[in-house]
Parts: sequence; C-alpha cells; structure tokens
Amino acid sequence: MTDKRYIELLSNPGTVKLADIPVLEYPEFMDFIDLMMGEEGTHCVAYFVLEQENAYRFICCMAADENHAVVILSHEQPLEPGILLQSLTAKHFQFHAFEREIHENFKVDFAGHPWLKPVRYPFNRPDAEKVMDNYPFYTIEGEDLHEVGVGPIHAGIIEPGYFRFICHGEKVLHLEIQLGYQHRGVEKLFTEKKEILQQSVLAESIAGDTVTGHSMAYAGLIESLAGMEIPQNLSRERVIALELERIAVHIGDTAALCTDIAYQFGQVVNEALRTIVINTTQLWCGNRFGKGLIRPGGTNYPLTEEIIAVVLKNLEEVEERYLQVTGSLFSLPSVLGRFEGTGKVTTMQASLIGAVGMAAKSSGMYRDIRWSHPFSAYVGHMYEPVMLHKGDVWSRAMLRKMEVEKSVAVIREMVKEIGNIQNSGFKQAGRPVYDSEFAPSSLAISMVEGWRGEICHVAVTGDSGEIVHYKAKDPSFHNWMALALAVRNQEISDFPLCNKSFNLSYCGNDL
Amino acid sequence: MPFKEINIFRRHGRQYVPDLRGVELPAIFRGRPVISRDITPLEAEMVQKLCPVDAIATSPCSINLGKCVFCRECEFALPGKIRFTNDYKIAANSREELVIKAGADQPLRLDPDRVRGEIRSLFKHALKLRQVSAGGDNSAEMELNAAGNVNFDMGRFGIEFVASPRHADGVVITGPISGSMADALQICYDAIPTPKIVILAGTDALSGGIFAGSQALDRNFLSKYHVDLFVPGNPPHPLTFINGVLDLIGHK
Repeated sequence: MTDKRYIELLSNPGTVKLADIPVLEYPEFMDFIDLMMGEEGTHCVAYFVLEQENAYRFICCMAADENHAVVILSHEQPLEPGILLQSLTAKHFQFHAFEREIHENFKVDFAGHPWLKPVRYPFNRPDAEKVMDNYPFYTIEGEDLHEVGVGPIHAGIIEPGYFRFICHGEKVLHLEIQLGYQHRGVEKLFTEKKEILQQSVLAESIAGDTVTGHSMAYAGLIESLAGMEIPQNLSRERVIALELERIAVHIGDTAALCTDIAYQFGQVVNEALRTIVINTTQLWCGNRFGKGLIRPGGTNYPLTEEIIAVVLKNLEEVEERYLQVTGSLFSLPSVLGRFEGTGKVTTMQASLIGAVGMAAKSSGMYRDIRWSHPFSAYVGHMYEPVMLHKGDVWSRAMLRKMEVEKSVAVIREMVKEIGNIQNSGFKQAGRPVYDSEFAPSSLAISMVEGWRGEICHVAVTGDSGEIVHYKAKDPSFHNWMALALAVRNQEISDFPLCNKSFNLSYCGNDL
Repeated sequence: MPFKEINIFRRHGRQYVPDLRGVELPAIFRGRPVISRDITPLEAEMVQKLCPVDAIATSPCSINLGKCVFCRECEFALPGKIRFTNDYKIAANSREELVIKAGADQPLRLDPDRVRGEIRSLFKHALKLRQVSAGGDNSAEMELNAAGNVNFDMGRFGIEFVASPRHADGVVITGPISGSMADALQICYDAIPTPKIVILAGTDALSGGIFAGSQALDRNFLSKYHVDLFVPGNPPHPLTFINGVLDLIGHK
C-alpha cells in the first residue's frame, strides 16, 4: 500500500496535479519531514506558500537523492493574518532560509526559529515597516570588539550586498550578510509576462553568470507542463552548453582566486583561457554568455558540425593549458599557504545548512543533481560527482579544476552521442515552441546542476493552464550561509579570498 | 622563473587585441540590426507583437536598441527582412540615435554637439570610472571587468575602473536600478567630484530591459541627470563599451 502522506516524482523535470499532492495536518507534516530528514541525502529543494481561494497552501518538495526522487507534500492554513507554526528550522536548520522567506512574504511566524530575518526585502512584502536600513543585525557586546561594515557597493565591479563583521582584532567572530539590493521582482514577473518568449528572456536574466543553468531549468519546466518530447540531440546540445558555462566560470574563478592572492601569472593565464571558452559559446549562438541559446521545445542555434569541430579544438587547447597552469598553481608553496586551511566549512556544517553544489561537494557531501536527479542528457549516464573533504579554499579551488576536467570529458561524450544519433537518422531539434498549452491546476518542478549547484524552478498553473505562481531558486539561496560560516575565526583580510572561493550570486538570491 | 612557468607563458603568448577599433567579431554576433525598406506594415505588426520587450515600433518599422535584448527572434520570424549584423559599435549619446529605422544601414554616431566640452578637455587621456550594479544580472558586470582584462586592456587608453567614487570621473550603471539600490547609487554619484559623467551599460540599465515596468525598480535617478553615453547590449560586449567611451572622450 502506498503512503498517502506524499506524492513521489521520479522524473526531473516532472509535473503533478495539485489535487494529487496530499494535504496533511501540520503536526503530521512535521513528523513526516522529521522522518525524511533521518535518511541520508535528503534535502529540501522548495518550500513555499501558494495563496489559494480558501487557504494558504504550504507546499514542500524534498529531494531524496538516494532514491533519485522528489517527494511532495503540503499543509494548509486559514487565510488569516497571524499564522503561527512550530519551526522546522529549530530541528533541521536547512529550512532556515525557506521559513525566513515565507515569514517575509506572508508574515507567518515560526516559533523556535533562531534567525527569522529578512531574505531580500521584496517590493510586495506585507510588512512595509521592515526596511533595509533597520535590518536586525546580530551584535555582541564587548570592549575588545569592533564591527566592520562593507557594502552594498564594493571595491570591484561586482554586485551589491552588505557584509557586517564582528571582529576581535583581526579575527572575525561573526559575519552577517544582508542581501536584497538586487531585487527586481523576478518571480512576480514570471506570472505577469504571459508569453513563453518573454519568460525565456526573464529566465536567462535571473543570473547572468548562469544563463544556461537557469534557462535550462525554465525550459524543462515548460516542456514538462506542456508534455513536450525533446529530440535526443537537443538534450545533448543543452548539456554541452551547460558544461561550457561551468568550464568558463570555473576557469574565470580560478583567475579571480589568483587575483586575490596577488598571483598575477595565474590570473592573466586563466583570464585568457576563459575568454577562449566564452568566445566559443559566442561562435555558437552570438552571445558570450549563451543568452538566446536555450528555448523551450527547440533552439534557434543548432549545433552544427562546424561548431562542434571548433568546440572540440578549443577545449583541447584550453584543457591542456588549464591543466598546466593549475598544475603550477597547486604546487606553489606561496599559493598553498593562502589556500590550505583557509575558510573551512566542515561536512557537518555543510550538511546542517543544506549546502548544495560546489559548497557541498568541497566539504565532503555527495550532492549533485546530475547524479541524484538526472535531467536532459544526463538521464542514463550515471554521472559521478567530484568530491573533496577539507572544505577550505584549496578544496573549492581544486574542485573547480577537477570539474573542468570532468566537464570536458562530458562534452566529448555528448559529441560522440550526437554523432551516433545523427547517423541513425534521428529527428533533429526544431525551432523553439512559444505557443504551448500547459496542464491546468498542476505543479511542475525542474532541477538543474548549474556551475554553483542545484537550481530549482517550480511553477504552479491555474484552472486554464496559466502560470499563477513561480519559484526560482539559485544555489546561492542555500550557500550564502556557508560563506558566513567559512570566515569565522579567520583573519578579516582573508574575506575576499573566501568570498571568491564561493562566488555566490546576489541577483540569484534577491530575484 | 622555473621552466614550467616559462612554458605556460610561451603558450599564453600575446593576448592583447592590438586594434580595438578595427576588430571584426564573428558574423553570428548580434550587433546593430538592419531592417529592410521592403518590410510591410503587416510584417512590422507581427514582429512588434513578437518582441518580448516592446522594442519594435511600426510605421515606420524600427528597433529601439535601448530596449532590445538582442534575442534575434524578429529576424528568425522574418528572415530577409530583419538582420542583426556583427557591428558592435552601437553606443550613442542620444536615445534617438538608438532607434534603428527601416532602410537604415549605417554605423551609429555620437553627436559631437551633445558631448559636454569638459569631457573631452579633461578626460581624453585619463578617465577613471566607478561602476554601480543596481539590479544587474552580473553579465554586464563581467563584460565591464573583461574590458580591462588581458585581452581588451582598455587601461592602455588610461581608462580604468576605480574603487572609490572620490577617485572617479564618472559612474557606469548596470542593471535596471532596483529600488533597494536607488539610495546607494545616489550616494555614490554625490561622492564623485564634478564634472562627472554618467554612462548606462546594458539594456537593463538603458530601459529596464525585460524588467521594465517591474514595481521593484526605482529609475528616478535617470530623470535627474544627463546621461552622457548609452551602451546597448545584453550584455554589452567589451568592444562596444570601449569604443563608445573612446568616442565620447574624443580619442582618435
């Protein structure tokens, strides 16, 4: 007999009828979450409130990595102000950001939540008294302590965010990160912009450094809602684009890590290699970041044999030179002296905060959507994630190097498969589809392992199939807390290095 | 320097692009569009409806590069009638110049009469800029970083981004200007000594792009100050930015 407390999705992306998601009483809901969290590799990928006609419906999507499944369940609360619930965070800290978001968006209180602070100050927040200038920063009393505030505008050309350090001398005791400066109202716009083309452009603007990641998540969602079959070669082309994005950013970040330790040689060589990769993407689709490449149902930029030849040729050069320069990088005592042991996040901490992607994999957690919930052409591939254990800057730098090697291998594999598909006379990918009908009253969820980690998009449709609710989650939503933990007990001068080693997204969090 | 590093340097070679004014980008690059004179009113209406950001007007048909996200969908819908060329020199100092009308196929020009005199007398040989990302998606920001990297190296012209607004001669804004960044942008602008210039980089900054009309934005800053340079693109290519700035400061 099947468990009536949840509905299980075995495909990624996948769609379920809203009516098929069980509604539990809250205590029962909590018990079930508790039960699931006891299993290895279970983590929350989405937890949000849907405003229905007669109730607030709290929908929770849990990824069960070992079973390659997503488990969906819900509870309902009356449409009244002043909802008070027992906090899940008190027991399972990784829910902290989700409950904070719900609190901020719907004024729901969570008893026992240790840190019920604003996430991004959305323009339509119900509590207008909460403004960015009165953020409730954590403070520690003490004559020997001082505070350092940085931001929202920083020294370089980067996005805005505010950091407040509590320091004892040079040592950081605590860092609190206040975000929200980049809020553009993305999730609301997904329901206001009715055309698929508009939504596609919106998806690729969620985070301009993860264009392919977010637009693949969006395209998957739309294809699932519309019941669209994707030609086999298209799914492989998308994986090639996604891995090119990963390679470009990882190499760019290797350059940036070199900058932060004043190793100019590594910086310039890696910068030049990144240029080759993004120019390869430009040669494919006319945009260095891949904007315009991924669209639901098809593509305007098929991967021709000529482009494949350039991709392979450039990757061969980039791989060889990148391995040379990183080989030198990771053998220099002056580099290792700055990387090793700096900005440590333990496996326990990473697991507690629900870290995803790079932040998890460099801290000894086996967490990668390509393996746990294969999507697109990863289906049937059994991707094996790279994993390191030390959780320091060295691990996050080394993970980049190792992932670049893996991504190059994946691209070669995909190219080979595309060749086989073409030889078998399989249908080629067509043009994008902008006029689909969506399954009504349904929920679709789509996850992609972007270069930072797990991207999760959720859409809910109304009676006539229109999108009435949209959730977009960048991995940064989970991983900002990892940065805050990493700098504890570090020299404040190591903050830029720690920050760069994660390279988290501000706009991806602020939406 | 050990042998290993020498070898890496040899492979690295010379990276800088020697002539930033004359580079040709691949044909597939989406730069300045050209609309055929023969486009019919019906066709113009069709692409106007298709455009995700309302960048296309009818009678006469035109594309506004201040709004265009360069998705190229109008060209795919009307091949032969609309064509995006690889001309990346698309910066301008008036919004009118950004409107590409049917039949027009000439490079965009900066109107010299609109360039304030002190810009060319003071900044021609050295221009320090403070960048502010105000809701930018980080792609325009990365391209501005790239403008100073080993390949594009605009530092050769004395153009650089600086950390402190006190050291800057102007501000470069990316992003649609989120409400939450409006104050910080104002404070930064106020901190820059006069005379100062304002540059908008990327479609999001120029018009809000796909975010135009979002209630989360606050674009009042732009109604208060004169914008010296509009740099279209989604994101703007480093060459678009560099060439635009060089034209603005009157570099040959």
